[in-house]
Parts: sequence; structure tokens; C-alpha cells
Amino acid sequence: MIIIMNRKVDGMTEPLQKSVVIFYSTSAAIKAESLAKKQSLTVKLIPVPRHLSSDCGICLSFNSNDIQRMEGILNYNKIEYDSTYNL
Amino acid sequence: MIYFDNAATSYPKPKEVLEAIIDFTNNIGGSPGRSGHRLSIEAARILYQCRENLAELFNTSDPLRIIFTLNATESINLVLKGLLHAGNHVITSSMEHNAVMRPLRELEKCGVQVQIVPCSCDGYLDPLDIEKAIKKNTALIILNHASNVTGTLLPIRSVGAIARKRNILFLVDGAQTAGTYPIDIEKDNIDLLAFTGHKSLFGPTGTGGLVIGEKVDINKIAPLKTGGTGSRSESENHPDFLPDLYESGTSNIVGIAGLKAGIRYILKRGITEIRQQERALTDKLISGLKEIPEVILYGKEGTGNRVAVVSFNTRNQSPSDIGLKLDEEYDIMCRVGLHCSPASHRTIGTFPAGTVRFSLSVFNTEQEIEKAVMAVKNITKIL
Ligand SMILES: Cc1ncc(COP(=O)(O)O)c(C=O)c1O
Repeated sequence: MIIIMNRKVDGMTEPLQKSVVIFYSTSAAIKAESLAKKQSLTVKLIPVPRHLSSDCGICLSFNSNDIQRMEGILNYNKIEYDSTYNL
Repeated sequence: MIYFDNAATSYPKPKEVLEAIIDFTNNIGGSPGRSGHRLSIEAARILYQCRENLAELFNTSDPLRIIFTLNATESINLVLKGLLHAGNHVITSSMEHNAVMRPLRELEKCGVQVQIVPCSCDGYLDPLDIEKAIKKNTALIILNHASNVTGTLLPIRSVGAIARKRNILFLVDGAQTAGTYPIDIEKDNIDLLAFTGHKSLFGPTGTGGLVIGEKVDINKIAPLKTGGTGSRSESENHPDFLPDLYESGTSNIVGIAGLKAGIRYILKRGITEIRQQERALTDKLISGLKEIPEVILYGKEGTGNRVAVVSFNTRNQSPSDIGLKLDEEYDIMCRVGLHCSPASHRTIGTFPAGTVRFSLSVFNTEQEIEKAVMAVKNITKIL
């Protein structure tokens, strides 16, 4: 299930759209963070935004234009995740 | 003081281990996987990085298929009790620790068929004897990688190949080898590897784990405990994914922070170098003890097939007398007796008195070996 919500986050120079991946467990989130960093993606673990329901306390945020690379990493490494959202 | 009891638990630990424990306690302190704040996330990262380091050490690809337990005993209990049912057949050797034997004897009372394949009197096992023991209902083969009594390495790679060919799960008790002798989950054909953190991995006590190979169906191994995992909190049913399936309750994160530092130390120094150095020390110890006419050595000849564990007896004194004198008069710490492994002592012919065991680490020195050999020489001469 992918829900897309449009909320642009303005950066200093150009608007930077952020997305998050939501996982079923913290271990999976940490694993995804570790693998994404190795692929030089800019990622950050953050608490799951309140409007997105989840049972796992944290999710991984990334630049929305990296969505394909992020999904590639998740699928290649068989990391189960709930969904991705645009913030 | 000379510490020769590393097979029980390693001492000293690399200084990085204590530093990591202090750093965690002072600066991180959060509960991993439970909350969304920075300190909880940092704690979860340490847990994951420790899994990554273990995956590198054991050459396995998915860090989340490594779960943490209290020690090797808990990991072995988890597999044996979670997997075996009445009517299953399980094969093991006559050189096993009670961490294996006692759960098996318990399961035997519940209808599990336990077959113990005898080893030779130097503690060696012929893989063909394992193959011959396989039956239609054999569900598991469990072997120690190295004996805590004689240090003898068992041919796990060959047995693993047999197990793989016959489609039987293979559990290895790596308590005496993890961190001190190369273990390769892939090449050694291991399905499940139980390890303990406080011996050659240099972690604190209360750390250990289980590597679960890709071929293992986790639905077939019931968890020992269920409870809070921080995941799927909306459900009152236990999660079915790794590592949460086998990791209920707040983990020993302080200990694991230390364990991680211990494994990093090993990875940095290199397991080959550690092995070579321990082997040289063990060679020196064995040749020194061999010179003493009263000494009887056990285990396989030489060090090509053993870890840094040497068991011996003397013709004129009991192991307990020797142990006491070594401690009180020579300041040498070792372990005497049966070493939680009556089966091994029966196999090598030293039951019930046991042996004197010197177990070394990479932090021992040649001078310590010389002093200890001299001490044994003096003690046996007195009478
Ligand atoms: C061969 C062997 N198996 C299992 C164990 C159990 O390890 P732990 O006490 O850390 O659970 C030990 C050590 O005590 C051992 O030497």
C-alpha cells in the first residue's frame, strides 16, 4: 500500500521533497539505514510522523527523488517494509 | 598472576571492550528498538552493527539472521527444544558439553531418540560414523566445533556436507572456536551456529547468540520465550520474523556494546593472526609439558587440530591437588575436574577425576608458558 501525500519541504536553495519508508521492526529500519548509507543515499531515522500510523517507532526518511534506488535496496536485500510515503 | 582459564571465560578483555561499555552507559543508555528518540535509535544501531560484525566474522550475508541470547547454552536450548519433537532422531558425539547433553537427556524423556556417536580416545570423530547413524527420522545433527576438554577440533565441514546431502539440519556448538578459529557458515556447511560472547569473542558474560542459516525454516523452531519486541505492538501475538521471533524482552545492550568492541578487535587483528599466535603458545606449552616425565597429555597430537586448550594429568597427584597448588603457590588460574563435560572425560578415560586444563588466549605470553611448565615440573617433583 503506497499512500502519497503532497507536502513540499523547502530547502535553502531548492525545494527538496522528502519521503519515508515505514517498517515492521526497528531492526529492519536500522538495516535499511546501514545499507542505504553504504550506497551513499542521504537518509535519516526519524520517529514515525504522527499522521502515519505504525507500530514501529521509527522510519527512514530519504530524498524523494531517490525513491527507485531506495526501493531497489529494500527489494534486493529482501527487507520487508510496510509502505513508503511522501512527506 | 597467570590466567589460563580462557575456555571458561576470557580474561583480560581488550581495553576497547570496557571503553565501549562505559561509553554506552555514560552517553547512550537508551533501550534499542523501543522508542523513536535519538538515544534509542543509537542503541538499536549498536545492536545492528554487532550483528554486522558477527556476519563478517562468520561469513554470513544477513545480519538479521543472527540473534542474541544470554550465552551458547541458551542458543543450544532454543534450537533443541524448539525443533525436536517425540519421534525425532538426533545425532551427537561423545565429546559434548552438558550444554548439549542435558537438554538432549531431557528431550529423551519426552520421546526424542538421542544417538551418541563415540569418538576415539583422543577426542576425534570419524564423519563416516555420523553418516552411518543417520536414520529416516533424523531431524538434527549437533556437534561441538572444538572440545572444551581436549581442545580437539571436530570435522564439522565434512559432517556438514553429509548433513546437507541428506537434508538434515546441522547445529554447531562454537563456544570454544568463535573468535579464535575461522568459522565460515557457507564453507563449513553450517545451518545453525551457537556461540557465546564471553569467551574468545571477548564480550562480557551474558552475551551470546545463534546464527540461523538461509536454509533454516524458522517456522520449525519455536521460540523459548515470547513477549515484548518493540515491533507489531498492536498485536498480542508474537512476531514471526527475525530477529524479533527469538528476541523477547529488553536485550542486554550494555553487554552487546562490549561484545561489539570485542568482535571489532578480532576483525582488526585478524582471526588468522590470532590463531597463529595461540597455536605457537599452545605448541610451546605442549612441548614443555611433554618434557615432564610424570605428565600425561590428552587430545590429538600437536596443535594442527586443536584450539588453545590443553588437558593433562600427572602420575602422582590428583587434578584437584595440582589446581590448588597452582593457584596458591604459583598464582596460576586454571580449571580442574570435569569441565561440565562428563561425556568427554568418559571418552578420553579420565572420568570421574577429570584433568587439569590450561586454556590460553592471545593475551598470554611465552614467559607465562615457561613459568607454568616450570610450576608443573616443581609440583610433580615434590613427591
Ligand atoms: C563446548 C562448550 N559448549 C557450550 C558451552 C556453554 O557456554 P556458555 O556457558 O557460555 O553458555 C561451553 C562453555 O562453558 C563449552 O565449552
